[in-house]
Amino acid sequence: MSHAGPAIEATALSKRYGDYVALRGIDIRVERGEVFGLLGPNGAGKTTAVEILEGYRERSGGEVSVLGFDPAERSIELRRRIGIVLQSGGIYSHITPREALRHWAAMYPHPRDVEEVIALAGLEDRADARARTLSGGQLRRLDFALALVGDPELIFLDEPTTGFDPEARRAAWETIRSLRELGKTIVLTTHYLDEAQALADRVAIIKDGRILAIGPPRELGPGAAHYRVAYRDGDGALVERETDDPTALLHELTTEALARGERVQELSVGRPTLEDVYLELTADA
Amino acid sequence: MPEGVVLGWRQYRLERRMFWRNPSAAFFNFVLPLLFLAGAGAILSGSQRDLDKLVPSIAAMAVMATTFTALAYNVVFLRERGVLKRIRGAPLPSGSYFGGVAANAVTNAVLQIAIVILAGRTLFGLDWPLHWAELLVFVIVGVIAFAALGVAFAHLIPNFESTAAYVNLVFLPVVAVSFYVFDSSSAPGFLRTIAEALPLKPLIDGLSGAMVTGSDLGNHLDALAVIALWGLFGIFFAVRGYSWEQTRT
Repeated sequence: MSHAGPAIEATALSKRYGDYVALRGIDIRVERGEVFGLLGPNGAGKTTAVEILEGYRERSGGEVSVLGFDPAERSIELRRRIGIVLQSGGIYSHITPREALRHWAAMYPHPRDVEEVIALAGLEDRADARARTLSGGQLRRLDFALALVGDPELIFLDEPTTGFDPEARRAAWETIRSLRELGKTIVLTTHYLDEAQALADRVAIIKDGRILAIGPPRELGPGAAHYRVAYRDGDGALVERETDDPTALLHELTTEALARGERVQELSVGRPTLEDVYLELTADA
Repeated sequence: MPEGVVLGWRQYRLERRMFWRNPSAAFFNFVLPLLFLAGAGAILSGSQRDLDKLVPSIAAMAVMATTFTALAYNVVFLRERGVLKRIRGAPLPSGSYFGGVAANAVTNAVLQIAIVILAGRTLFGLDWPLHWAELLVFVIVGVIAFAALGVAFAHLIPNFESTAAYVNLVFLPVVAVSFYVFDSSSAPGFLRTIAEALPLKPLIDGLSGAMVTGSDLGNHLDALAVIALWGLFGIFFAVRGYSWEQTRT
């Protein structure tokens, strides 16, 4: 039953809707215990990819294995081991969070304690309120709770913090980090760069149905090896130089400046952020 | 007990609870037909013949309202809200889910028939149904057929806002033509043909035989066949066109 391979392995995964090609053959491998981010603009194919992995859509081509199962077969056994936070998942208007969690918990072989999940989601005060009276943020936390109540090994989070205020967002991040510490595997789609940078062990940047780059956020992209050194030169112009060896460049700059008895004004050394990489990769040619 | 049955039972209990918590749904399901029965009954109370026609007609309409109408509304609402999609992602067998949902509709239909029978007896002094087995057969086949047709029809409804328009476009004409043809022996031939081909009039015939006239099942096999054919048609399109999520707006 338990299988030793990666949590997810997809090769040459493609999806067509009629003439429209949503995924043009992507390869994804998600290791167990990893937080994997799928980052990309709207319409890039993120949700299509995730919904194929979740078993909602059938692929047009390629091979997919999720916890050793083919998700297209939609086996109950696989669904018992995954948790899904949908972008558009609703709930009955007249159910309370406690009832919903009890109802969902009963579908799983080893559910988490319902009261504990209510507390984790911060819904203690609203546990017996009708869902229709909950705020958008509270409903989103209920989404989270429903995905976690079955104690799944693998959790899909599709834009989990969209619409959250900064405080709720931080809290969601903490929850995701604590899940990671429990050894859960998490697949996260987001269009927030800071979210991917803060949470993901590895990120795939996806656009027009293709993966443009994949790797840890810090090492991602074509400029990854470069440092960016910026300063104001003697004429007051802002200079930006890229280098693989900032030590030598800084030595050169500071030596010259000291020789002239000046300071290097507004000196900064930086690495390209995920945002730089993302903007560079997803810019329309 | 097999796990699928346990989960189906839990789904049924949840559906019941949700049903009672939605006062407008409960009202439309129970109070409206009862008011209709009482109102029409008061007008017709002088004529036993009319009352004999009214009670099975209302009973059949109640079956259609609790299954066809209620399920069309429910499926469109749950689909639009994303509840169906969430359920699809949970480890709940489809059979358990639809079993629970169908059992909920059956419960409402059975409660309705019971209310109509009791009301007919207490308000209008009608007898108890003469053929319980025949009543049971027609209620079961009618419920399955109209429930399947309701789910199939939901596929044609683009969004929740337009559900009332779509449902009434079917419900009201079907009720009107079926009631008229059942009541009037002088109905034009083409209307009679239409009414006999639709599932409601055959259901009224069957219920009338069981509840009022005492004409037994053997005399209503053609009516039963018409309802069953509609049921097969409904099941085919309910399954084929089933969509777990909103694709149009």
